[in-house]
Amino acid sequence: MKRNVAIIGGGQTYHAARRHDVNQVEMTNEAIRRALDDAQMRIDEIDAVLVSNMEFFEGTHMTDCWMADGSGAYGKPGIKITTGGTVGATTVCVGAHYVASGLFDNVLCVAFEKQEEGDTGAILSSVAHPLWGRSLAGAAVGYFAMMGSSYMAAWGAKEEHSAMVAVKARQNARKNKYAHLKLDITIEDALNSRMLAWPIRMLDMCPASNGACAMILADEKTAKDRCKKPVWIRAMETAHNEQFELDWRDVKTKRPIFSKVCASRIYKKLGVSDPAKYFDVFEVYEPATWAELVWYEDLGLCKPGEGFKLIEKGMTNIDGPIPVNPSGGVLSTNCIGASAMLRVWEAALQIRGDAGGHQVPKDVNRALTTAYGGTNWAVMTALSKTLD
Amino acid sequence: MTKDKAYEPFEVDQRMVAHSNYWAGEMGSRFYITLRDKKKILGVRCTKCNKTFWPPRTTCVFCFSKLDELVEIGPYGTLETFTLVTYSEPVHPRKAPFVYGIVKLDGADTGMAHFIDEVDFNKVHIGMRVKPVFAKEKKGNILDIQYFKPI
Ligand SMILES: [Zn+2]
Repeated sequence: MKRNVAIIGGGQTYHAARRHDVNQVEMTNEAIRRALDDAQMRIDEIDAVLVSNMEFFEGTHMTDCWMADGSGAYGKPGIKITTGGTVGATTVCVGAHYVASGLFDNVLCVAFEKQEEGDTGAILSSVAHPLWGRSLAGAAVGYFAMMGSSYMAAWGAKEEHSAMVAVKARQNARKNKYAHLKLDITIEDALNSRMLAWPIRMLDMCPASNGACAMILADEKTAKDRCKKPVWIRAMETAHNEQFELDWRDVKTKRPIFSKVCASRIYKKLGVSDPAKYFDVFEVYEPATWAELVWYEDLGLCKPGEGFKLIEKGMTNIDGPIPVNPSGGVLSTNCIGASAMLRVWEAALQIRGDAGGHQVPKDVNRALTTAYGGTNWAVMTALSKTLD
Repeated sequence: MTKDKAYEPFEVDQRMVAHSNYWAGEMGSRFYITLRDKKKILGVRCTKCNKTFWPPRTTCVFCFSKLDELVEIGPYGTLETFTLVTYSEPVHPRKAPFVYGIVKLDGADTGMAHFIDEVDFNKVHIGMRVKPVFAKEKKGNILDIQYFKPI
């Protein structure tokens, strides 16, 4: 990068199915004030504000305009970003580009979703291609159900393996004071939860959450002058596929699909040969249990077809050698517009040692986060404690 | 963790109706008219990549070539993956239970998402051969293929 970029502060709301006490702007402002407090910065020191959420989920557009009061964007440069499920991570990427370019020193990145206020299912069907997909479109469950059935058929994984992911996520969430679904569940509970679309059960899916996250990015000089624990953004990567490719659902595919392409490019930038050793913690975007198992493989944490063995052996537990989603992940908290930013912020907290109850019990020097969106789009962000 | 607030939360209800008309374009128009009038399913070929795409489009996703070679695909196909939907919500195109899957039509390199009907829920499987059932009343969308069923 042209200039080094650090995360010098951040904050999140608590996440819940109901936030009747606040409107969208007020809720988002909670996270922003926490981020400013964390960075010990005033809003007038912010050079640009980027606002992101899932387009139209609350039946609103141009949120960046009508929330310019609470977002702190009044009179400042900045843009609205909407890239579906990836948007929170894309916003951090854009913010990092703003700082790296030398045009801005302090950039506030804001992400939110108040899912209870809109018709998420109906709006999600508008993500489908208007000519080819809309007449058949359902909610996101079907997408992950077909991923799960393909995964089971290809590798011989069982429903128990997805249940293990469901349990890990919610047990980790119980350690995270901001998480939404803090469920004390067992594998039996997961296996007995209501079937939605085979093999996806209720506990295999993320909740619909309300919440917001905000992060402040700064250049190296500001970060070193003003921040005790800057977390450095070392690399970012994005890759797309197109909607109609069959390959992504075929877990055995040899074709370079978006998630694998994205991983291999970011590893090349950083010189990573063994990601499971190089990174100390992972925060991946898993709206469904099967997606986490597929991420293990696409990220190269194990060989293809061995993702379910990682969870079986407890390798990705909070105290395991390759901790994945100690925060509880998207499975426990999905305020969609903010979910991908929460991955980055949670990874930063782990590096700072500030994750609290869900801090992984080892030194964390490097972390990798992922995100994806409905049209087969992946965004990855690599963070580190030092600039070596 | 909800704080005690000194006011009663108040909700403002809003409703909107939004209608859209999408022009299907060069390939889409030819696809839908052929489906309606001849009950044939068209894909498009990229000779450079040696791939046949559904849905047909004018630009190859891999090499950016301009495409114009429409070819008939299917009508038989293979079920690549599927799910049995057992819950209902308003946005679903039909009431549960139903099978929804990805059909790779013979001659195509990409899949088509569709319903699988007239099938024993216990016997539906990846690799199952299927054929389309065309709708009697054409509506001019992809449901002019009403569903696929086992051969
Ligand atoms: Zn081509």
